[in-house]
Amino acid sequence: MTAVENVRQTNEGAQEMRSRSEIGARELLREVGAVLRMSEAEAANLGQIPVDPDEDQTMIINMGPQHPSTHGVLRLMLELQGETVLRCKPIIGYLHTGMEKTGEELTFLQGGTNVTRMDYLSPLNNELVFSMAVEKLLGIENDIPERAVWMRMLLSELNRMSSHLLFLATNGMDIGAVSMMLYGWREREEVLRFFQKVTGLRMNHNFIRPGGLAADLPAGWRDDVLSILEMLPPRLAEYDILMTDQPIWRERLQGVGVITADEALALGTSGPILRSTGVAWDLRRDQPYLRYDEVEFDVIVGTYGDAFDRYAIRLNEIRESIRIVYQILDHMPLGDYRIQNKKVTPPPRARIDESMEALIHHFKIFTEGFKVPEGEVYVGIESPRGEIGCYIVSDGGPKPYRIHMRAPSFVNIQALPHMMRGGLVADAVAVISSVDPVLGEVDR
Amino acid sequence: MTDVQEAPQPETLHGSPVSYSRGQKVVHPSRADYVKVLKKLLDDGFAMCSDLTAVDYLTHPGRELPSGVDAERFEVVLNLTSIATRDRIRVRVQVPESDATIASLFELWPGTEAMEREVFDMYGVSFDGHPDLTRILMPEDWDGHPLRKDYSVGRIPVQFKGANS
Repeated sequence: MTAVENVRQTNEGAQEMRSRSEIGARELLREVGAVLRMSEAEAANLGQIPVDPDEDQTMIINMGPQHPSTHGVLRLMLELQGETVLRCKPIIGYLHTGMEKTGEELTFLQGGTNVTRMDYLSPLNNELVFSMAVEKLLGIENDIPERAVWMRMLLSELNRMSSHLLFLATNGMDIGAVSMMLYGWREREEVLRFFQKVTGLRMNHNFIRPGGLAADLPAGWRDDVLSILEMLPPRLAEYDILMTDQPIWRERLQGVGVITADEALALGTSGPILRSTGVAWDLRRDQPYLRYDEVEFDVIVGTYGDAFDRYAIRLNEIRESIRIVYQILDHMPLGDYRIQNKKVTPPPRARIDESMEALIHHFKIFTEGFKVPEGEVYVGIESPRGEIGCYIVSDGGPKPYRIHMRAPSFVNIQALPHMMRGGLVADAVAVISSVDPVLGEVDR
Repeated sequence: MTDVQEAPQPETLHGSPVSYSRGQKVVHPSRADYVKVLKKLLDDGFAMCSDLTAVDYLTHPGRELPSGVDAERFEVVLNLTSIATRDRIRVRVQVPESDATIASLFELWPGTEAMEREVFDMYGVSFDGHPDLTRILMPEDWDGHPLRKDYSVGRIPVQFKGANS
C-alpha cells in the first residue's frame, strides 16, 4: 500500500483530558468547577469531594464516541476513583461537517435545507429561527400573513412534542426502561406521519421558508392534529404509571446530576436544564415571538435541578404543547400561507405558463436568489432544547456573508462536567440523557 | 438601505458607542475597554451570555460602524441576555488581523469557554486568559482556520485512513 500524501490520521491531542500530574492546581480547580462555586457555603462543600487523590488511585476512561447511550458521537473522558466520577471532559467535533461554512455558499432560499439538518430532532424550529432572522434583515417580519404565523406555531409546537417524545424514549432506554423506548418512538411516529403529510418529509423538511411556508396545510389536517391531541394524553398517563410513579425510576433520577440556578446561568444553559433549577425562563413567554403572547400556557419549572426535574419538565411540556395546539386550532385564520412580496415569493405555478415575466422571475429567484439588505441580526427562539439563535450578517448579496447558529446543545453540553462531578459512573448515562444533546447541532 | 440611526448626540453605553441594527441594540467597545464594559454589562443584569461568535470581514470591509470605531478584519460578537429585564444586547469588538487576540471572558461567564474555543478553532482569534485554548470541532493537528474567508471551500482532500489509492 502506498502512502498517500494527503492521507493522515487526525488526533485530538491537547483536547483530551490530561492526567493530574500533567496539569497545575489552578487548572484542576477549574476542571472540578471551582469557578462556579459562588457562595462560601458551596466552597465549603467542595471539601467533601475527594479533590486530590493520588494519581495511581484514579483512572481515565473514554466513554464514546461509539457508545449507544451517548446519543450520537459524543465522547466523554471520565476520571474515575472507584465508581466516582472526579472529572469529566466532553470531546466533540466528530460530526463536524462545516455547516456554517456551507451556509455561506447557499442562497437565503437554499439556507433552510442546511440549517434544518443541524438539530435534526427539531428541524422546524431551526428553519423557523433562520427564516425569522432573514425576514428581520429584509424588514418584512411584521408583514407575514396571519395564517403563516399560526401555521408556524402549529408546526413548532408539534415538533416540540415529537422531540420531547423522543427524549422520553431515549431517556427510558438509557436508564433501563426499555419498553419506554418503543412507546416513545411509536407516539413520535404519529407526529412525524403528520409532518410527512404536510411537508412531504418526516424530517429535514425545509418547509418554513423566508416569507412564509412552502405550501398550505393539506385537506383534513385538522382531523389529523385532533387525532394526535386525543391520542397523547392517555399515553402520557401511561408513562406516568410506567415511569414517574415508579420508585425504581425515581431512585435512578432523583438527586442525580444536580446543577444550581447560578451555575446554570453562568454556563449559559437554557431550556429544560435552566428551568429545572427553578428559573422560569422560556422565550415563548419572556420574549414572545410569532403569536405566543396570544395563547395561554404555563412555563414548567423544577426545584432541585436534577435529572428527574428535567424529565418531568419535558413530560409536562408535552401537555402544555397540547394545550397550545388546541388554542392554535381555534385561532387558525384563513388566508395566505406566504407573503405576497415579489422580492422573495416566487410566482404561482399557473402564472409561469402564461407570463414570460413570471417565468423569468421564477428562474431568477431559484438560481440567483433574492438580495438581502446589508446588516446583521440575531434572533433567538425557544427550541425543545433551549434557546436556538441565528446570527446572520448580510453584505447585500443573495447569500449570507456569515451565518452562525447558537446551538442550545453545544452550550448545554458544557454543563455535563458540573453535573457529573462527584456522581457515580452508572449515573453518567442518566445525566447525558437528561441533557438531551443532539450531536448534529453540537458539531454543526 | 440601512437603519443604523445616528442620534444628534452619539449614544454611548459605559463609554462605548451604541448603534442599532434592525432595532437591536449593539455596543461597540474598543479592545482595551472590552472586559471593563462587559463587566459593567454583567453588573447591569445581563447574567446570561447566550452567544459568542466571530465574523471575518476580509471581503466585506466597508460595513457600517458608528464614528470612532475603526473597522478591522475580525469582529467578535456577543449576544447577552438579561433574565431580569428580558432584554438583549449585542457587543461587537474589532480585532485586527495583525494581532488577533482578545481577552477571555471566562472569569465573567464560565459558559463562554466552549464558544471562545470554537472562535479560536474557526478563526484563529486567541483569547488571553482562556484556561484551555485548544481546538474544539476540528482535530488538534488541523491546518488553518476553516471559517476564515481566505480558506476556500472544498480545498481539503477527503481523508480516509488506510485506503488504497
